[in-house]
Amino acid sequence: MSTQQTDTQSYPRAEVSPPSGHLFPHKHLLGIWNLDPTAIKHVLDVADAYVEQNRQPKKSSPKCAGLTQINLFFENSTRTLMSFEIAGKRLGMEVTSMATGSSSIKKGETLLDTAATLNAMHPDVLVMRHADSGAVKLLSEKMDCAVINAGDGRAEHPTQALLDALTIRRRKGKLHGQTIVISGDVAHSRVARSNIYLLNAMGARVRLVAPPTLLPKDVDRLGVEVSHRMDEGLKGADVVMMLRLQQERMQGAFLPSLREYYRFWGLTRDTLKYAKEDVLVMHPGPMNRGVEIASDVADDLDRSAIEEQVEMGVAVRMACLDILTRNLRGEDAV
Amino acid sequence: MISAYTNARLIDPASGLDTKGTLIVNNGKIADFGPDVTVPDDATVTDCKGRVLCPGFIDMRAHSVDADAALAGGITTVILQPDQTTLIDSDPVVERIRRRAEDTHTVNVYPMGAATRGMEGMELAEIGQMKASGAVAFTDCRKPVSSSQVMRRLMEYASYFGAVIVQFPQDVGLANGGIAHEGEIATRLGFAGIPAMAEVIQIERDARLSEMTGTPIHFALISSREGVEAVRAAKERGVKVTCSTAPHYLHLNDNAMEGYRTFAKVSPPLRSEEDRLALIAGIADGTIDTVVSDHDPKSEDVKRLPFGQAAAGIVGFETLLALALGPVHAGKVDLITMLKAMTATPAALLGVPGGKLEAGAPADLVIFDPDKPWRIDREAFRASAKNTPFDTLPVQGQVWQTIVGGKALYSGE
Repeated sequence: MSTQQTDTQSYPRAEVSPPSGHLFPHKHLLGIWNLDPTAIKHVLDVADAYVEQNRQPKKSSPKCAGLTQINLFFENSTRTLMSFEIAGKRLGMEVTSMATGSSSIKKGETLLDTAATLNAMHPDVLVMRHADSGAVKLLSEKMDCAVINAGDGRAEHPTQALLDALTIRRRKGKLHGQTIVISGDVAHSRVARSNIYLLNAMGARVRLVAPPTLLPKDVDRLGVEVSHRMDEGLKGADVVMMLRLQQERMQGAFLPSLREYYRFWGLTRDTLKYAKEDVLVMHPGPMNRGVEIASDVADDLDRSAIEEQVEMGVAVRMACLDILTRNLRGEDAV
Repeated sequence: MISAYTNARLIDPASGLDTKGTLIVNNGKIADFGPDVTVPDDATVTDCKGRVLCPGFIDMRAHSVDADAALAGGITTVILQPDQTTLIDSDPVVERIRRRAEDTHTVNVYPMGAATRGMEGMELAEIGQMKASGAVAFTDCRKPVSSSQVMRRLMEYASYFGAVIVQFPQDVGLANGGIAHEGEIATRLGFAGIPAMAEVIQIERDARLSEMTGTPIHFALISSREGVEAVRAAKERGVKVTCSTAPHYLHLNDNAMEGYRTFAKVSPPLRSEEDRLALIAGIADGTIDTVVSDHDPKSEDVKRLPFGQAAAGIVGFETLLALALGPVHAGKVDLITMLKAMTATPAALLGVPGGKLEAGAPADLVIFDPDKPWRIDREAFRASAKNTPFDTLPVQGQVWQTIVGGKALYSGE
């Protein structure tokens, strides 16, 4: 048995209830890994409608009125947390957020005790972010409600990948056949992992560009091309997704300096010339201008989709909340 | 009191004996054994019904005594690791453990002492004092002695006492922060990795220090193909190295972590399928000398945590035999070689009694059915915790009786 053969066990498929008729047959959204193209497409289709709703003067609907959403963030976040809050409120949910730094939980109760406490409050959706890979899955096993992974360790950040996909699909018309470059700190990035799984599932061609120290071992076995050079890596790219570089990467001797990183792996007008003329530039934010991306590239309205990603984020999260609460609202098979 | 074990398949791994016959125990010691032994009239007779009767297992690496579980696993001698609640790094602690074991008349217990004070890798522990009190080897357990200078001094100093040094081969720098085998699975699950080279670098450095000092070295828990190759190369050069592995490395690869199963979190980490097969081959060709349980009971409180925070460890006593027999039933390792790695070899390495069928030797014996099929059931474990990734696994080979000092202290079905 090779190491590749038990793929189906990762993130064991969430309960299917009822087993037939659902385009998104999962109780939770823990990751992209176990989603099939139909489920991904369904989320994007539903999100598309919310993009339109969010552009109207009256943005809220009472669709999920009476339901409770808890956002539990064990890791600092502003934009993802706010995006989930707004998404819940626009659907009419009661939204409560609890943000706690990753350091304070170590002193306190264990994750499963937290789960039991929250479960007793009968939420309908729990959105959670945690610094440990697999932590959200662990918690989901003890919760009765739907759980959405808002980022766990280096493992997955599924709503980010979905919003990126929605952005690309709306700009480029489709995901299939696009050459998409993901560049930056892939080793420590859950955004990169979720995007790799999603884009592969949808038939895009994924290429990673990063210095050797920021690529995880055997990443090519996830079905991606790997390059260490920006000029070579960006060739023929339809989309370039930049990842945020954590400033503390100097400490683990991953890089010598930000200055040097920018020179060889920063996205500038010059390096962007290797990509296709109509290349789309994306970044999950928050950006380090002058580190992984030059300001003039980030602010180039023709190419940069960075603000649009934020807009799509709300729509995608509304779609996820909508889909995962359908059974509670008596809307079963779609 | 005389007991006779008749109709047994007598196996003595040390001499290669494998014959049908009878074994006589007199006054807690083996009196006689062989195909043509006559049973004395006053003997209590036990009919082994063709089961294997061999020396009781000497488990060279356990983190807890857990006597009931050890006996159920056919283990008659437990070599306790120094990482106890009270660290075993001084002679009073060694004495206390020895005395407690003797007083309770159960499984034999010999502790390993810490190699450095507080297992901090800085100053030498009182090796001479501890050895005089009965410590059989010295190790910093799961903390490798990382300073080359300290390791060199440790080996030089230990050689005066003829003390055995056991190293956990993992280069601290390369392993830093890692929680899983560095490879595709860790990449996908989002874990920081420990490359197999971390094991190799430590083995090769310490093999060189062994050459330099002339002191033998034992590496605990080899987990990788490259590690096996490094030990094999050192042995071929004539360096006095020995090493062990544990059954979970023979049965599982890093796929077992799928779904973030913390029961599959061990140290060193489960590695790739290629590594697993190389370890089995290493036992078959004698590169790997001993097979240990690495018995490490861990409560649910420290296991039911996110993978990165969860404690490493597996309870191994009660599954040791059945899992060790896996490669035997698969035709990869012969029975005597596997049994030798759990009896005669650890006894000789550490200089502890037992491990052989020999007239006059203590009657520490195990009787087991090598073929009996059963299903591992963690709920039925006698161990103080039930952290095993093997629950419900169908296996073959079950302990029937465990005899310590001539007394049957465990009897199964």
